[in-house]
Amino acid sequence: MIVRELDLDLDAFEGPFDLLLTLVLKDELDLRELDVAGIVLAFLERLAEREELDLEACGEFLVLIAALLELKARGLFPDEAAELADLEPEAAAEELARRLAEYRRMKDAAAWLRERLASEGDRFFRLGPAPLAAKVETPLAPQDPEQLARVIRLLAVEPPQVSLEHMALRFPPVLQFLERFRAVLRRRSRFDFDGEVGRLPRIEQAVAFLALLELRRSGEIRIDQAAPFAPIRVARAREENSNRDERTVAWNLRSA
Amino acid sequence: MEPPLRLIAGNPLDQLARTLEALLVVASAPLPVEELAAAADDDPARVEAALGLVAERYREGRSGVVLEHVAGGWAFRASREAAVACARLFERPAQRNLSPAAMETLAIVAYLGPCSRPDIARIRGVAADSAVAGLVERGLIAEAGRDDAAGAIRYRTTPLFERVFGLESLSQLPRLDDLGTDAEEIRGRLDAVAEKRTA
Repeated sequence: MIVRELDLDLDAFEGPFDLLLTLVLKDELDLRELDVAGIVLAFLERLAEREELDLEACGEFLVLIAALLELKARGLFPDEAAELADLEPEAAAEELARRLAEYRRMKDAAAWLRERLASEGDRFFRLGPAPLAAKVETPLAPQDPEQLARVIRLLAVEPPQVSLEHMALRFPPVLQFLERFRAVLRRRSRFDFDGEVGRLPRIEQAVAFLALLELRRSGEIRIDQAAPFAPIRVARAREENSNRDERTVAWNLRSA
Repeated sequence: MEPPLRLIAGNPLDQLARTLEALLVVASAPLPVEELAAAADDDPARVEAALGLVAERYREGRSGVVLEHVAGGWAFRASREAAVACARLFERPAQRNLSPAAMETLAIVAYLGPCSRPDIARIRGVAADSAVAGLVERGLIAEAGRDDAAGAIRYRTTPLFERVFGLESLSQLPRLDDLGTDAEEIRGRLDAVAEKRTA
């Protein structure tokens, strides 16, 4: 039986004894939180499962547990450890008995409370903050009314108007491009869209494109494009359509 | 004057009793007689007599609401016969779910309080930090100043503790001398073990 592999299941720790010792030595586990009696019980249970007494394991366990107990005692009673050490064996036994009796009484008191709680478990009552509790008032440092007025005056000032002019988009009217394209087509039978508007700002190019679509819809022009992103070629439509569509275009004209 | 404990029409205390009922309904913590008297603007002795009327009206077996003297004051609670229904309405209160460590710590604070965490650790032999924190969170114990010598925070039980455990006051706890085993007896047992070992 290997003491270090003893499995423990305590309130403060769960795992092999070996790991517990490592954690204690590294100060990562507070020995004061540890129930040493629980370790002893686990060891005794393991021992009881075996037929024969493993003297070596018992010896090792005794040494380890004694060291643990001493560490814990020092942690719990930094001053009193010295006090007890100074006592004669007789007086020390007296003191030990007194402390055991004190703990025993508290254990019994806890048992009484547990019983009481069980018998009072069917008493239900409202739980809430006491409405009669004194209201907590946050004390304020003395304030100067003049200063308060100054601050409020600062807040009351109308903020300056921020100009949004630069954010407005201005569109040239579609009509402008309709007339321009018609003028071009009166001189030439076809033109290249990019060649005509390529030097204009982006927004004007977009409006020009709308004008192109408008002309296409009214049947005044034909549009060809060999491939996506290839130059757009615009040509005059057949003569007979143009007169009829003049009116349709007229009421379709809108500024974008 | 005979204290009129029966509810009869025209009882001079009836008006006061109704006021007390109202005060007890709006309160969420037990109200001591003095506080009731101040709120009702009446004489404490008359308030006590009127409380007798109210208690008679709201007693176990007669009403779903029961008046009880608990935690140093008077408070309404649900009757025990309605407990099952109440339990269906509410989750189990956290105050009733206590580990053995918490219960021992609570007992120590109830008997020896105000006492500090080192005091508790000295008796239990295990650090009490987490048990104390849990009890504070449940509202069963609260801070009560600091230790004069070491400056450690001391704790005492709260009125909620008395209410949860159904105690009129801490004096209802059993006497410490009646609990546990005598130090002499433990000493005797220690000696017996020592003798057996040397034999």
